[in-house]
Amino acid sequence: MTLLEVQKTLQAELLTLNVDLSRDVSSACASDLMSDVLAFHSPNTLILTGLTNQQTIRTVEIADAVGVVFVRGKRPENEIIEFALKKQIPLMTTNYCMYDASGLLYAKGLSGVTEQVRNFHKRND
Amino acid sequence: MIENDVLIQEYSIKGWDFSRAGEASCEIKDSLKQIGIPQDVLRRIAIATYEAEMNVVMYAKSATLRCEISPELIIITFDDKGPGIENIELALKPGYSTATPEIREMGFGAGMGLPNIKQNADSFNISSVVGKGTKLEMRFNLTH
Ligand SMILES: Nc1ncnc2c1ncn2[C@@H]1O[C@H](COP(=O)(O)OP(=O)(O)OP(=O)(O)O)[C@@H](O)[C@H]1O
Ligand SMILES: [Mg+2]
Repeated sequence: MTLLEVQKTLQAELLTLNVDLSRDVSSACASDLMSDVLAFHSPNTLILTGLTNQQTIRTVEIADAVGVVFVRGKRPENEIIEFALKKQIPLMTTNYCMYDASGLLYAKGLSGVTEQVRNFHKRND
Repeated sequence: MIENDVLIQEYSIKGWDFSRAGEASCEIKDSLKQIGIPQDVLRRIAIATYEAEMNVVMYAKSATLRCEISPELIIITFDDKGPGIENIELALKPGYSTATPEIREMGFGAGMGLPNIKQNADSFNISSVVGKGTKLEMRFNLTH
Protein backbone atom coordinates (compact mmCIF):
# COMPACT_ATOMS: atom_id res chain seq x y z
CA MET A 1 0.00 0.00 0.00
CA THR A 2 1.26 3.51 -0.78
CA LEU A 3 0.99 6.61 1.39
CA LEU A 4 -1.55 7.98 -1.07
CA GLU A 5 -3.79 4.94 -0.48
CA VAL A 6 -3.38 5.45 3.26
CA GLN A 7 -4.50 9.05 2.86
CA LYS A 8 -7.57 8.02 0.84
CA THR A 9 -8.52 5.17 3.19
CA LEU A 10 -8.39 7.40 6.25
CA GLN A 11 -9.79 10.50 4.50
CA ALA A 12 -6.73 12.16 5.94
CA GLU A 13 -5.55 15.69 5.42
CA LEU A 14 -1.94 16.03 4.31
CA LEU A 15 -0.14 18.48 6.60
CA THR A 16 3.18 18.51 4.79
CA LEU A 17 2.18 19.77 1.36
CA ASN A 18 4.02 18.50 -1.70
CA VAL A 19 5.81 15.59 -0.07
CA ASP A 20 6.01 12.40 -2.08
CA LEU A 21 3.07 10.07 -1.32
CA SER A 22 4.00 7.39 -3.82
CA ARG A 23 6.26 5.66 -1.31
CA ASP A 24 5.34 2.17 -0.17
CA VAL A 25 4.23 1.45 3.38
CA SER A 26 5.48 -1.93 4.60
CA SER A 27 3.61 -2.17 7.93
CA ALA A 28 2.01 0.03 10.56
CA CYS A 29 2.66 0.67 14.24
CA ALA A 30 -0.08 2.35 16.28
CA SER A 31 1.19 3.72 19.58
CA ASP A 32 1.44 6.81 21.73
CA LEU A 33 4.73 5.55 23.14
CA MET A 34 7.71 6.31 20.94
CA SER A 35 9.98 3.83 22.71
CA ASP A 36 7.58 1.08 21.70
CA VAL A 37 7.76 2.25 18.10
CA LEU A 38 11.56 2.20 18.35
CA ALA A 39 11.59 -1.28 19.89
CA PHE A 40 9.28 -2.80 17.28
CA HIS A 41 10.67 -0.95 14.28
CA SER A 42 10.94 -2.23 10.78
CA PRO A 43 11.89 -0.05 7.84
CA ASN A 44 9.11 1.90 6.09
CA THR A 45 6.65 1.47 8.93
CA LEU A 46 3.79 3.93 9.12
CA ILE A 47 3.32 5.44 12.59
CA LEU A 48 -0.23 6.05 13.83
CA THR A 49 -0.22 8.16 16.95
CA GLY A 50 -1.90 10.90 18.94
CA LEU A 51 1.46 12.26 20.01
CA THR A 52 2.14 15.53 18.18
CA ASN A 53 5.49 16.65 19.58
CA GLN A 54 8.92 16.84 17.99
CA GLN A 55 9.90 13.42 19.33
CA THR A 56 7.45 11.82 16.89
CA ILE A 57 9.33 13.38 13.98
CA ARG A 58 12.69 12.37 15.48
CA THR A 59 11.39 8.81 15.77
CA VAL A 60 10.58 8.75 12.05
CA GLU A 61 14.09 9.91 11.25
CA ILE A 62 15.82 7.53 13.63
CA ALA A 63 13.79 4.42 12.77
CA ASP A 64 13.47 4.99 8.99
CA ALA A 65 9.69 5.11 9.27
CA VAL A 66 7.77 6.18 6.16
CA GLY A 67 5.48 8.79 7.70
CA VAL A 68 2.98 9.66 10.42
CA VAL A 69 -0.81 9.67 10.66
CA PHE A 70 -2.09 11.67 13.62
CA VAL A 71 -5.36 10.16 14.81
CA ARG A 72 -8.36 11.68 16.62
CA GLY A 73 -7.95 14.87 14.61
CA LYS A 74 -4.72 15.82 16.37
CA ARG A 75 -2.50 18.38 14.73
CA PRO A 76 1.04 19.35 15.63
CA GLU A 77 2.06 23.01 15.91
CA ASN A 78 3.23 24.70 12.72
CA GLU A 79 6.80 24.62 13.94
CA ILE A 80 6.70 20.81 14.03
CA ILE A 81 5.13 20.60 10.58
CA GLU A 82 7.88 22.84 9.18
CA PHE A 83 10.52 20.70 10.87
CA ALA A 84 9.04 17.62 9.15
CA LEU A 85 8.81 19.42 5.81
CA LYS A 86 12.51 20.25 5.93
CA LYS A 87 13.18 16.55 6.21
CA GLN A 88 10.47 15.65 3.66
CA ILE A 89 8.65 13.51 6.22
CA PRO A 90 4.97 13.02 5.34
CA LEU A 91 2.48 13.96 8.08
CA MET A 92 -1.29 13.50 7.86
CA THR A 93 -4.18 13.94 10.24
CA THR A 94 -7.42 11.97 10.32
CA ASN A 95 -10.57 12.27 12.40
CA TYR A 96 -10.72 8.50 12.85
CA CYS A 97 -9.76 7.25 16.29
CA MET A 98 -6.74 4.97 16.64
CA TYR A 99 -8.88 1.81 16.65
CA ASP A 100 -10.90 2.65 13.56
CA ALA A 101 -7.93 4.02 11.63
CA SER A 102 -5.97 0.83 12.35
CA GLY A 103 -8.93 -1.37 11.45
CA LEU A 104 -9.49 0.38 8.14
CA LEU A 105 -5.84 -0.02 7.11
CA TYR A 106 -5.74 -3.62 8.33
CA ALA A 107 -8.83 -4.45 6.26
CA LYS A 108 -6.94 -3.18 3.20
CA GLY A 109 -4.12 -5.62 3.87
CA LEU A 110 -1.66 -3.51 5.84
CA SER A 111 -0.36 -5.57 8.74
CA GLY A 112 1.15 -4.57 12.07
CA VAL A 113 4.43 -5.26 13.82
CA THR A 114 3.39 -8.28 15.93
CA GLU A 115 6.30 -10.28 14.57
CA GLN A 116 8.74 -7.61 15.81
CA VAL A 117 7.02 -7.64 19.21
CA ARG A 118 7.37 -11.43 19.42
CA ASN A 119 11.03 -11.27 18.37
CA PHE A 120 11.77 -8.58 20.91
CA HIS A 121 10.40 -10.62 23.79
CA LYS A 122 12.00 -13.81 22.54
CA ARG A 123 15.42 -12.15 22.41
CA ASN A 124 14.85 -10.67 25.83
CA ASP A 125 14.08 -14.00 27.56
CA MET B 1 39.45 14.69 15.39
CA ILE B 2 41.46 11.69 14.10
CA GLU B 3 43.62 9.54 16.39
CA ASN B 4 45.39 6.42 15.05
CA ASP B 5 42.91 5.93 12.20
CA VAL B 6 39.96 6.43 14.53
CA LEU B 7 37.59 9.29 13.78
CA ILE B 8 36.18 10.78 16.96
CA GLN B 9 33.15 13.04 17.22
CA GLU B 10 31.97 14.59 20.47
CA TYR B 11 28.67 16.20 21.36
CA SER B 12 27.38 17.67 24.58
CA ILE B 13 23.83 16.88 25.62
CA LYS B 14 21.85 19.00 28.03
CA GLY B 15 19.34 17.54 30.45
CA TRP B 16 15.68 18.57 30.10
CA ASP B 17 16.29 20.37 26.80
CA PHE B 18 13.45 18.80 24.79
CA SER B 19 13.73 21.26 21.91
CA ARG B 20 17.10 19.76 20.94
CA ALA B 21 16.52 16.24 22.19
CA GLY B 22 17.59 13.77 19.54
CA GLU B 23 19.57 16.26 17.49
CA ALA B 24 22.95 14.67 18.23
CA SER B 25 21.68 11.17 17.39
CA CYS B 26 20.27 12.41 14.08
CA GLU B 27 23.57 14.14 13.26
CA ILE B 28 25.49 10.97 14.01
CA LYS B 29 23.08 8.98 11.86
CA ASP B 30 23.53 11.44 8.96
CA SER B 31 27.30 11.40 9.13
CA LEU B 32 27.47 7.60 9.37
CA LYS B 33 25.13 7.35 6.40
CA GLN B 34 27.44 9.61 4.42
CA ILE B 35 30.43 7.35 5.00
CA GLY B 36 28.41 4.40 3.73
CA ILE B 37 27.49 2.44 6.88
CA PRO B 38 24.93 -0.20 5.76
CA GLN B 39 21.28 0.62 6.48
CA ASP B 40 20.64 -2.23 8.88
CA VAL B 41 23.50 -1.47 11.26
CA LEU B 42 22.93 2.25 10.77
CA ARG B 43 19.38 1.91 12.06
CA ARG B 44 20.52 -0.11 15.06
CA ILE B 45 23.14 2.53 15.93
CA ALA B 46 20.63 5.36 15.49
CA ILE B 47 17.96 3.74 17.67
CA ALA B 48 20.34 2.82 20.50
CA THR B 49 22.00 6.25 20.45
CA TYR B 50 18.67 8.05 20.40
CA GLU B 51 17.26 6.05 23.34
CA ALA B 52 20.40 6.79 25.34
CA GLU B 53 20.25 10.48 24.39
CA MET B 54 16.60 10.65 25.48
CA ASN B 55 17.51 9.07 28.82
CA VAL B 56 20.09 11.81 29.38
CA VAL B 57 17.54 14.48 28.48
CA MET B 58 14.92 12.94 30.79
CA TYR B 59 17.00 11.88 33.78
CA ALA B 60 20.44 13.51 33.82
CA LYS B 61 21.91 17.02 34.04
CA SER B 62 24.32 16.80 31.14
CA ALA B 63 26.39 14.33 29.19
CA THR B 64 29.20 13.97 26.73
CA LEU B 65 28.38 11.78 23.77
CA ARG B 66 31.36 10.33 21.99
CA CYS B 67 31.29 8.48 18.69
CA GLU B 68 34.42 6.61 17.65
CA ILE B 69 34.53 5.35 14.12
CA SER B 70 37.11 2.86 12.91
CA PRO B 71 36.95 0.55 9.89
CA GLU B 72 35.71 -2.45 11.85
CA LEU B 73 33.94 -0.95 14.81
CA ILE B 74 31.82 1.93 16.00
CA ILE B 75 31.87 2.74 19.70
CA ILE B 76 29.30 5.13 21.19
CA THR B 77 29.67 6.28 24.78
CA PHE B 78 27.50 8.47 26.96
CA ASP B 79 29.10 9.83 30.09
CA ASP B 80 26.54 11.72 32.13
CA LYS B 81 26.37 13.79 35.27
CA GLY B 82 23.16 12.97 37.03
CA PRO B 83 21.41 10.89 39.67
CA GLY B 84 22.92 7.59 38.53
CA ILE B 85 21.03 4.29 38.50
CA GLU B 86 20.66 2.45 41.77
CA ASN B 87 19.67 -0.96 40.46
CA ILE B 88 20.94 -1.53 36.94
CA GLU B 89 19.49 -5.02 36.64
CA LEU B 90 16.05 -3.64 37.39
CA ALA B 91 16.49 -0.69 35.02
CA LEU B 92 17.24 -3.16 32.21
CA LYS B 93 13.91 -4.97 32.66
CA PRO B 94 11.35 -4.12 29.96
CA GLY B 95 8.60 -2.03 31.52
CA TYR B 96 10.64 -0.67 34.43
CA SER B 97 10.50 3.12 34.46
CA THR B 98 10.70 5.95 36.96
CA ALA B 99 9.40 8.45 34.40
CA THR B 100 7.28 11.25 35.85
CA PRO B 101 3.75 11.91 34.54
CA GLU B 102 5.23 14.87 32.67
CA ILE B 103 7.64 12.60 30.80
CA ARG B 104 4.89 10.07 30.09
CA GLU B 105 2.75 12.75 28.53
CA MET B 106 5.53 13.31 26.01
CA GLY B 107 5.36 9.70 24.92
CA PHE B 108 8.19 8.28 27.00
CA GLY B 109 8.36 6.10 30.08
CA ALA B 110 7.52 2.73 28.51
CA GLY B 111 10.59 1.29 30.18
CA MET B 112 11.75 0.08 26.78
CA GLY B 113 14.81 2.27 26.20
CA LEU B 114 17.56 0.33 27.95
CA PRO B 115 16.26 -3.13 26.89
CA ASN B 116 16.12 -1.87 23.32
CA ILE B 117 19.63 -0.42 23.49
CA LYS B 118 20.83 -3.80 24.72
CA GLN B 119 19.14 -5.60 21.83
CA ASN B 120 20.44 -3.25 19.16
CA ALA B 121 24.08 -3.03 20.24
CA ASP B 122 26.49 -5.88 19.49
CA SER B 123 27.88 -5.38 22.95
CA PHE B 124 26.89 -3.04 25.70
CA ASN B 125 28.18 -1.97 29.08
CA ILE B 126 26.64 0.24 31.72
CA SER B 127 28.07 1.45 35.00
CA SER B 128 26.76 4.00 37.40
CA VAL B 129 27.53 5.78 40.64
CA VAL B 130 24.47 6.97 42.53
CA GLY B 131 24.54 10.73 42.95
CA LYS B 132 27.30 11.16 40.34
CA GLY B 133 26.26 9.76 37.00
CA THR B 134 26.03 6.96 34.50
CA LYS B 135 28.35 5.67 31.82
CA LEU B 136 26.98 3.73 28.90
CA GLU B 137 29.11 2.16 26.19
CA MET B 138 27.81 0.40 23.13
CA ARG B 139 29.72 -1.26 20.33
CA PHE B 140 28.66 -2.06 16.81
CA ASN B 141 30.66 -4.40 14.57
CA LEU B 142 31.01 -3.42 10.96
CA THR B 143 32.46 -6.77 9.86
CA HIS B 144 30.71 -10.07 10.38
N1 LIG C 1 21.11 8.22 32.23
C1 LIG C 1 20.32 7.86 33.25
N2 LIG C 1 20.45 8.45 34.48
C2 LIG C 1 19.66 8.07 35.52
N3 LIG C 1 18.69 7.15 35.44
C3 LIG C 1 18.51 6.53 34.24
C4 LIG C 1 19.29 6.86 33.10
N4 LIG C 1 18.89 6.08 32.08
C5 LIG C 1 17.90 5.32 32.55
N5 LIG C 1 17.65 5.58 33.86
C6 LIG C 1 16.67 4.89 34.74
O1 LIG C 1 16.36 3.62 34.20
C7 LIG C 1 14.95 3.51 33.95
C8 LIG C 1 14.71 2.68 32.71
O2 LIG C 1 15.22 3.35 31.55
P1 LIG C 1 14.59 3.00 30.13
O3 LIG C 1 15.26 3.85 29.11
O4 LIG C 1 14.66 1.53 29.92
O5 LIG C 1 13.06 3.38 30.30
P2 LIG C 1 12.39 4.85 30.38
O6 LIG C 1 13.35 5.87 29.94
O7 LIG C 1 11.81 4.99 31.73
O8 LIG C 1 11.21 4.71 29.34
P3 LIG C 1 11.37 4.70 27.72
O9 LIG C 1 12.83 4.58 27.41
O10 LIG C 1 10.58 3.53 27.28
O11 LIG C 1 10.78 5.97 27.25
C9 LIG C 1 14.48 4.95 33.85
O12 LIG C 1 13.12 5.09 34.15
C10 LIG C 1 15.36 5.63 34.88
O13 LIG C 1 14.89 5.41 36.19
MG1 LIG D 1 14.43 5.65 28.15
